[in-house]
Amino acid sequence: MEAYVSLFIQAAFVENLALAFFLGMCTFLAVSKRVETAIGLGLAVIAIQVITVPVNHMIYKYLLADGALAWAGLAEVDLGFLGLVSYIGVIAALVQILEMTLDRYFPKLYNALGIFLPLITVNCAILGGTLFMVERQYNFMESVVFGVGSGAGWAIALIALAGIREKLKYSDVPVGLQGLGIAFIIVGLMSLSFMGFLGI
Amino acid sequence: MALKQVSSTDEFIKGLWRDNPVFIHMLGLCPALAVSNTAINALAMGAATTFVLLMAGLSVSLLRNFIPREARIVSYICIIATFVTCVDYAIMAISIELHRALGAFIALIVVNCLILGRSEAFASKHNPGRALLDALGMGVGFTGALFFIGVMREVLGSGTLFGVGLFPDGFQTWTVMVLPSGGFFAMAIWLLVVNWIRQRQADAEKQAVEQAGKAAS
Repeated sequence: MEAYVSLFIQAAFVENLALAFFLGMCTFLAVSKRVETAIGLGLAVIAIQVITVPVNHMIYKYLLADGALAWAGLAEVDLGFLGLVSYIGVIAALVQILEMTLDRYFPKLYNALGIFLPLITVNCAILGGTLFMVERQYNFMESVVFGVGSGAGWAIALIALAGIREKLKYSDVPVGLQGLGIAFIIVGLMSLSFMGFLGI
Repeated sequence: MALKQVSSTDEFIKGLWRDNPVFIHMLGLCPALAVSNTAINALAMGAATTFVLLMAGLSVSLLRNFIPREARIVSYICIIATFVTCVDYAIMAISIELHRALGAFIALIVVNCLILGRSEAFASKHNPGRALLDALGMGVGFTGALFFIGVMREVLGSGTLFGVGLFPDGFQTWTVMVLPSGGFFAMAIWLLVVNWIRQRQADAEKQAVEQAGKAAS
């Protein structure tokens, strides 16, 4: 149990996908202007991450890894080169399903997210989570925890940045840094402070 | 004919400065910040991305009349993923060290919004020649931006350039520049520089117009 808790903390804070690995930067900067939308997107990312990482883990373990097809009598087949195409396919399909579910049950949230929902497909935080899971050889339970943790970490960073940027609207920023320039400096400082979680 | 020549070079040039993918459009930021901790990593990443941009642009442009509109994003992603897999294995074959340094970020070229964006916005509407020029311009612009960020982070963060020491022994390296946050700071500083130059250009143009107006009156 303790191992899972520390994996969660590590995935959410120390190795925060947005602040330590720069994943999902485009969406991160584009959607962090208002806290409300940031919360919506953050929740959507957590939902997708929780489903995709374990699903891709199963696909990797039982179909793609070296010797994974042993259960079908094809022990020599290594389908590793199909990895990228299948992971991105799974992600695209799941995003589509989430989009339809939100449209049906939470139309308000669906409208608020707008174009950013389909764009989660090309959000590198999602694919990055899957790739890290494969690279670090997590087992099924670990990949579930890693999915929750990394999604939550991304969402926390996004909502925090949105809060800061809302306040920032009223401050006097030097001309050249207005808009994204100052956002980058803030994210840099956030990244520094998140490193403080190192060693927990 | 002459007119067409000019506009095709323009197709190439615009990616370098006016429509620079990183500094102006903020596309493909993840690799731009993540693997720019040394100049050599930045160049390798830029070259890999440029190759995928070129091949994806060419394929999408050639297939533009065959891909149904509804299934276009999925088709583009599959095309891009195929070429990224090629690049991934090619880099592994050339230098396993470089492959290790770039890590998951080679695979992450698949979700680089720059490539999907160019495929969707440009290659799917233009002929292969134009699409290649556009992809080349964008690729060079992207590589250049990565290189600038990489040089700044390597020189300040490790005191070296391409692994060669630049400073005398007493130099205190700015460790923060090698850390993830250094990427954000370097990006902010370059944005400041780019905005400053653009502002000056705009002012100069405005003045030129005003002076022309005065001369005319």
